[in-house]
Amino acid sequence: MENQFPIRQILDGEGNITDNSDELTEDLVKEMYRRMLRARTLDRKSVNLQRQGRIGTYAPFEGQEAAQIGSASAMEDGDWMFPTYRDHAATLTFGHSVTTIMLYWKGRVEGCVPPEGKNIFPPAVPIATQLPHATGAAMAEKRKGSDRVSIAYFGDGATSEGDFHEGLNFASVFKAPVVFFNQNNGYAISVPVEKQMNSKTIAQKAVSYDIEGIRVDGNDVLAVYFETKKAVEKARRGEGPTLIEAVTWRYGAHTTADDPTKYRDQQLSEEKRNQIDPLLRLERYMEKNGFWDEEWKNEVMNVCDREIEQAVEEMEAYPDADINDMFGHVFKEPVWTIEKQRDEYLSFKRGETV
Amino acid sequence: MKTMTEIKTNKLTLVQAVTDGLRTMLREHEEVLVLGEDVGQNGGVFRATDGLAAEFGEARVMDTPLAEAGIVGTSIGLAINGFRPVAEMQFLGFVYPAYEQIMTHASRIRSRTLSRYSVPMVIRAPYGGGIRAPEIHSDSCESLFTHMPGMKVVVPSNPYDAKGLLIAAIEDPDPVLFMEPMRSYRAFKADVPEEKYTVELGKGAKLTEGEDVTVIAWGNMVSTAQKAVDQLKDDNISCELLDLRTLYPLDKDLIAESVKKTGRAVIVHEAPETGGVGNDVLSVINNEAFLYLRSPVQKVAGFDTPFPFFSLEEEYLPTPERITHAIKKAVTF
Ligand SMILES: Cc1ncc(C[n+]2csc(CCOP(=O)(O)OP(=O)(O)O)c2C)c(N)n1
Repeated sequence: MENQFPIRQILDGEGNITDNSDELTEDLVKEMYRRMLRARTLDRKSVNLQRQGRIGTYAPFEGQEAAQIGSASAMEDGDWMFPTYRDHAATLTFGHSVTTIMLYWKGRVEGCVPPEGKNIFPPAVPIATQLPHATGAAMAEKRKGSDRVSIAYFGDGATSEGDFHEGLNFASVFKAPVVFFNQNNGYAISVPVEKQMNSKTIAQKAVSYDIEGIRVDGNDVLAVYFETKKAVEKARRGEGPTLIEAVTWRYGAHTTADDPTKYRDQQLSEEKRNQIDPLLRLERYMEKNGFWDEEWKNEVMNVCDREIEQAVEEMEAYPDADINDMFGHVFKEPVWTIEKQRDEYLSFKRGETV
Repeated sequence: MKTMTEIKTNKLTLVQAVTDGLRTMLREHEEVLVLGEDVGQNGGVFRATDGLAAEFGEARVMDTPLAEAGIVGTSIGLAINGFRPVAEMQFLGFVYPAYEQIMTHASRIRSRTLSRYSVPMVIRAPYGGGIRAPEIHSDSCESLFTHMPGMKVVVPSNPYDAKGLLIAAIEDPDPVLFMEPMRSYRAFKADVPEEKYTVELGKGAKLTEGEDVTVIAWGNMVSTAQKAVDQLKDDNISCELLDLRTLYPLDKDLIAESVKKTGRAVIVHEAPETGGVGNDVLSVINNEAFLYLRSPVQKVAGFDTPFPFFSLEEEYLPTPERITHAIKKAVTF
């Protein structure tokens, strides 16, 4: 099966071109690098904020920037994105603000709300539940006669849940314009992929639904970008869903509440950096092709730092969470039980006796 | 009977007492199996199964694929065929994919086969708010299961009960949902006997004697209610605090006896008020002690809203202040 689903790659870890069928321009390479640096800066800052107790538990993605950004860059305004709790690089690229993402981890519901005009669903916390949604939203676009598509993000562990299979099967039966974007980062918390499934690849699971399944080097932002683009365009043409397995790696913990040393060798994880890191390989490529510029990088870095520092300030200056938000959005029209509970609670808080 | 002085005890937290209960049963019974997401090498995300895979091997303490319906469904198959699986849901809020297996099979195989088959399994699940967890992790959805004919629902509030109730649940011939109050996992330590013992399912406990009002709570809410009860001593209000420990079947005698004595009751739970177990407690009071009531029974509960993001969780969770307010209302009616 691994032979039938070879890993597609454009750039290897050394920054060498291994397949030049897609057009690379200096601008594209630099733009992808910029997006990845921005996301990595956000990720590292968030881990620090959690350690300082300024946000709650956080799910880091360092190492997965290429998978998320390459794929999200292939999406257009009006398309739909269904992320998990770890896909901030994807949602950032697609239009979320840094502040929104940070508010989510500060335990604020405002962190779920996408900017006006952007179809970004709140992060799915229960695993794999977003796959059928992506299929349904795509079915809706098809019925409306538009050429909009959905993308659903999920991890290797998610492929064990029934929702994964139901989402793919529906998409296949209804030829829904959806891209199922899997990030195979090797682990579902402590469970390595070899214990999660007996199949050698995730891409091969597409066979049973008679849809296209492809494997891509998830640390190669260019390969991810072009492969996702092809799948998206295929979906736009009405030719149905694709399952993409991006083979990647997350250096750090599952979340900041998790201790990875219990189940894997963190030293080895760090050593992988030099061989596979998505940012390093672009730097090397740029160097080899004569357009790497340390000064440019520092400039980009400074812009990212400033943006993120400002977002932290905004997050911390945010007005206190409004109790009315808890009661006010359960139904469109209020129901008496909730109104009564709210009124009694608010008058209790004001010290009035009821 | 051994006297107290002969029983060796250890000071354990609630989560350590769970581990101790599992270890005791894994040692004693070959047919006991532990399975779930991350329960093996990682020892569970809360360390409830810490060290068990190393001691008993991965054939008995199994990391499973990430699939709650699969975990419960295969546990049912193991249970009808001679084993006693103890399945972990990583958080109670992730039990929903397994709900179908529990509702349509685990809970009714005995009645469907006139007891030819039974499902002696335990589903363990941390639950409840107050630890600043992300969305869905804090749900208290016990009444989905008390409403399910054929399920027992157990909620310890302290380390001693956790071990004793867990062992009783594993020995029980029917399926039991064992809810672990995660805010109490490491909140305090208590003496837990090293040896095997059980706390009978279906029996609550009276934690304090009182005259004026009966306060009824379980799980995470017991320590919150205890604070309220302690505060009210200064106001000369004497409360009888009951820890229900089992939510199905309810200890109706304990509730009835206490409410007959005090004539007043306040029920405290973290789950949303509508459809909550509080209503079943109310119904017991109505049936057993109606003529003894001196004021309407009060309820302090979570709201009929999804459990909020953690920036608002302290607003959602019943507090000692909300409970003292309700108690005063009951007493001064
Ligand atoms: C239905 C459900 N069960 C359990 C969990 C607890 N949980 C959170 S993340 C996770 C592992 C997910 O692994 P994977 O799908 O590979 O994604 P990754 O976190 O590696 O990106 C688990 C078990 C959950 N969120 N939802």
